[in-house]
Amino acid sequence: MPDIFNELQQRILVLDGAMGTMLQRYEFSEEDFRGARFKDYPTPLKGNNDLLSLTQPHAIAEVHSQYLEAGADIILTNTFSSTTVAMADYQMEELVYELNFKAAEIAKKVAREFSLKDPTKPRYVAGSLGPTNKTASMSPDVNDPGYRAINFQELFEAYKQQTEALLDGGVDLLIVETIFDTLNAKAALFAISEVKEERNLKTPVMVSGTITDASGRTLSGQTAEAFLISIAHADLLSVGFNCSLGASKLQPYLESIAAKTNLAISAYPNAGLPNAFGQYDETAEKMAAQIQSYLDNKLVNIVGGCCGTTPEHIKAIAQLTQGREPRPLIS
Amino acid sequence: MTETAPKYLKLAGLEPLIITPESNFINVGERTNVAGSRKFLRLIKAGEFQEAVEIARHQVEGGAQIIDVNMDDGLIDGKTAMVTFLNLIAAEPDIARVPVMIDSSKWEIIEAGLQVIQGKGVVNSISLKEGEAEFMTQAKKIKRYGAAVIIMAFDEVGQADNFERRIEIAKRSYDLLVDRVKFPPQDIIFDLNIFPVATGMEEHRRNAVDFIEATRWVKENLPHVSVSGGVSNVSFSFRGNNTVREAMHSVFLFHAIQAGMNIGIVNPALLEVYDSIPEDLLEHVEDVILDRRDNATERLLAFAETVQGTKKTKTVDLEWRKQNLQERITHALVKGIDAFIVEDVEEARLLSQRPLDVIEGQLMTGMGVVGDLFGSGKMFLPQVVKSARVMKKAVAYLNPFIEEEKSEKQQSLGKILMATVKGDVHDIGKNIVSVVLGCNNYEIIDLGVMVPPEKIIETAIEQQVDAIGLSGLITPSLDEMVFLAKEMERHNLAIPLLIGGATTSKAHTAVKIDTQYKHAVVHVNDASRAVTVVGDLLNERSAESYTANLKEEYESFRTKFLNRGKQKSYISLDEARDKKYKIDWSTFKPEAPNFVGIKKITSTTLTDLLPFIDWSPFVRSWDLHGKFPDILTDDIVGQEAQQLYADAQEMITQLIADQSLEARAVFGIFQANSIDHDDIIVREQEQELARFRTLRQQLKKRDGVPNLALADFIAPQDCGITDHIGAFCVSIFGAQDLADRYKREHDDYNAIMVQALADRFAEAYAEYLHREVRRKHWGYAAGEDLDNQGLIQEAYRGIRPAPGYPACPDHLEKETLWSLLKVEDNIGVSLTESLAMWPAASVSGYYFAHPESKYFGLGKITEDQLINYAQRKGIPLEKAEKWLHPNLAIGSR
Repeated sequence: MPDIFNELQQRILVLDGAMGTMLQRYEFSEEDFRGARFKDYPTPLKGNNDLLSLTQPHAIAEVHSQYLEAGADIILTNTFSSTTVAMADYQMEELVYELNFKAAEIAKKVAREFSLKDPTKPRYVAGSLGPTNKTASMSPDVNDPGYRAINFQELFEAYKQQTEALLDGGVDLLIVETIFDTLNAKAALFAISEVKEERNLKTPVMVSGTITDASGRTLSGQTAEAFLISIAHADLLSVGFNCSLGASKLQPYLESIAAKTNLAISAYPNAGLPNAFGQYDETAEKMAAQIQSYLDNKLVNIVGGCCGTTPEHIKAIAQLTQGREPRPLIS
Repeated sequence: MTETAPKYLKLAGLEPLIITPESNFINVGERTNVAGSRKFLRLIKAGEFQEAVEIARHQVEGGAQIIDVNMDDGLIDGKTAMVTFLNLIAAEPDIARVPVMIDSSKWEIIEAGLQVIQGKGVVNSISLKEGEAEFMTQAKKIKRYGAAVIIMAFDEVGQADNFERRIEIAKRSYDLLVDRVKFPPQDIIFDLNIFPVATGMEEHRRNAVDFIEATRWVKENLPHVSVSGGVSNVSFSFRGNNTVREAMHSVFLFHAIQAGMNIGIVNPALLEVYDSIPEDLLEHVEDVILDRRDNATERLLAFAETVQGTKKTKTVDLEWRKQNLQERITHALVKGIDAFIVEDVEEARLLSQRPLDVIEGQLMTGMGVVGDLFGSGKMFLPQVVKSARVMKKAVAYLNPFIEEEKSEKQQSLGKILMATVKGDVHDIGKNIVSVVLGCNNYEIIDLGVMVPPEKIIETAIEQQVDAIGLSGLITPSLDEMVFLAKEMERHNLAIPLLIGGATTSKAHTAVKIDTQYKHAVVHVNDASRAVTVVGDLLNERSAESYTANLKEEYESFRTKFLNRGKQKSYISLDEARDKKYKIDWSTFKPEAPNFVGIKKITSTTLTDLLPFIDWSPFVRSWDLHGKFPDILTDDIVGQEAQQLYADAQEMITQLIADQSLEARAVFGIFQANSIDHDDIIVREQEQELARFRTLRQQLKKRDGVPNLALADFIAPQDCGITDHIGAFCVSIFGAQDLADRYKREHDDYNAIMVQALADRFAEAYAEYLHREVRRKHWGYAAGEDLDNQGLIQEAYRGIRPAPGYPACPDHLEKETLWSLLKVEDNIGVSLTESLAMWPAASVSGYYFAHPESKYFGLGKITEDQLINYAQRKGIPLEKAEKWLHPNLAIGSR
């Protein structure tokens, strides 16, 4: 693969859109989620999207391929919840290695086909490490502020296992994403750093936090800049934000970190804010119009979509970035 | 990728801390260090982590930009204590906003700490003590955890104690870190060992100079690093002589900072301003610090004898009068000296084009200094109030000239309406907030006490105020505030509403008031916060987001609070009565009182009451938090507390001499029995005089734990024993007139002082009278002999609960008390419509004599008791609900 850093200096790279939103279109039933292999599994499995890498691999490949068709340069593996911590809900801790390995394999296979078709536009696969469903720096019990449902060591072990499986499956990059508690992310980065050292790898790492509300802070209370400082020790390719607010509301926070780092800046917001029914309904045109402002301000190097975005959105964004100058990177 | 941007040390808690060459010296708070604070050590040992967290809060509020946490003590499980404490402060946004310094000599404690901080902290410390391999392994881990590190000037041979050793170790450490570990150089902080000087030992003479010179060398030769140290070490040999120590710290810092030291642990209370060190002392101290003379130590020791304790007599030091005009005005404002202010302001006026220029020029410059010192925790509330007094005096002098010029009035930052709500008479807190806002250049419209809501709204509209501050001390005021918020909404006002006063809380504000009003509502319970809150609310750029944040914060607080409320369960009134507190009346014979009936006393003097004053609440009313008399020697606020106490003594002497306050009391002792579980029937010679209605706890408790009501402490009607109950009201008259007079003289400090003292005297009178009753009038404890501390700790037999307080929160019972004792006729204390006592410095209550009687909190009650209570009292349910509102369990109605 060509060095992604070189690509970043020449153009704005496009990240894919939502996996979950696309999978909903298949209207998979409980039986579909289970497939033959998990027919008799003791827990309900509908909604375990990461499991589809094993039971409906063609659908995952199809979504990846739609996003690549739309113009994405980077696709994220279907592994957002593939850690022992998050899989505990489905009693599927034992399957974590396989989930990551397979998901990476599927994504890599599709991406390779596209890269071969047009070698001037190399396609990258980023292994996705999600935030898990527990927080290491906050107590879930208001009456016991010192309590923690999970600690650093447990997160570290879970992330280390995920990292190893993703790398074994062939990912080009790693992305620690949708960070709402910086301490969780620090455990992931610690694990990645250790694996990279053990394997003597230089795999580029992306970091993407999420600002939970208009206060401009992460769920764990950090300002955008404090977040940036707290993860800057890891050897990173890019830093940015995803999910939460719509594109225009995210802009001030991108600005606040862009001015303070030499790292590449990434942004993949939701398609607006959820409506009363919890659905994201901002159209591709509307979202693209807001992303336009990122480009006019030379704010980003990597841009894509999160919840509610579809290949249409990514296509609109990809068209927008054509021939546009990226945010200057100092090398 | 390589960075071309400057390499700054960047740290983060919830908020960033970026240290650039232009940054001021970064002060690290060290009271959360078991080696640095005895109190902290004691709390951690006792497992009292919540209180230990308050120390951290105090540090941050006092201006610490980083907090050092150290749990290294033989009797503490350091790893567990570190993790527990860091987890607890992580839950406090006020504390967690600053970065943490994880301080330990044990690597396992450091690593445990690194695993629980989400921000970027500092490790304190590692060194080459155990050799290069271990040093690099630890550094690599620290880098991976994402923290900065303090490197001690220590190696395999030992601690660096001269210039050469310091730079040798620093250089070697730096090269290993930067070249081998690839540690970012800007994340390296050297602690080059600050050792004491003037110890009398020849080899210690150059300790300070060597540190300073090594600092200079490190900063010049090891790019991007910081230098830190614990400053108080340097003056170790002058412990006990704070004047000299303060000067030594300032001199040392002055030179060390110039050489490049940029971080350190400094106790702000032990720091004199370099420029204000007297010339002779400065010379002697610099001789020692900079090792300028062979006999420097001897000379400073000799000189120190002469400055020992001179601080206290320095009040007549008029050296500052020789400074230039601006310096004199600033000095007068900072030190709160009003003796020369008119003279100085007149001089300034003659030099200015317009009299207004003096306010906007010299005076605001001076107040700016006060504001900065206050904001950075270097001045404390009583001092600021004194500054305001000087400011007001100056402005009052200038006003006629300004009027004459008919020039425009001084541009204020905004208009703030302040009021104590309808039915409430307490205004000390409100006055303090007014003064502090006033001296931060806000225009205050103070509507006083007992202000009806219509008037607040009318004035707010008419005067176009920018914020409204409401204050209240008694519980009915809470409902007044809710009502006012509703009215503001109905009038479509958009003015921010500030809520304060002893009875208010963030919970009540969030749950009851915030929901009534679309615009900003904020609970502010201390004066220093009021300034920043108002500043944020009125700042055009930040107001909107600040308000939005507030609304969200209160929303989430509300959700949490309401969820918490639901977890408690209650039992029915009948069940609670079954679980009443059962006194065995068969074995206890109540003593017959020496006196039965009502007695009025007007002969008690302030001198009689003085020994009974509890000073802790007094200093607390000035936002100085701590126990008296310990607070007088507190590291941070001790000096201010001493000054405040001295000022109070002075005023008391004056009050006694002038006889300007008058103490009055009435009490009664009556036959009594409890009846129908919760009522107390009061009789005189078998004739019913009154019936007290008490309220019973309904919280579900463990088996065997009673549900109390005050009636449980009085013998029941049917047991055939004649028991007794007492009732009293004490009051201090005259404080309001005096306070008004001081206010007219622009002396808010003394206005607040007199009110605060009157309150203390009223409480002292309650204590005094209770003792008289126990020993003489009732006489059940004739032999009691307790000192004031024993009284404060309530070591005596019997209680005196007051209506409106936790055991009996119903203020309506005051009406029964008033008619029983004929309080108004007897001593002239009246009740307002919210049943607050007037004069405000009054205390009333009951006396219970049974040895097992004790104070308790009623807690929440449910609807069955509310209905029953209304029936017993013969009042409409709505009325009972209104008054007992704060005690109703959520969802019970």
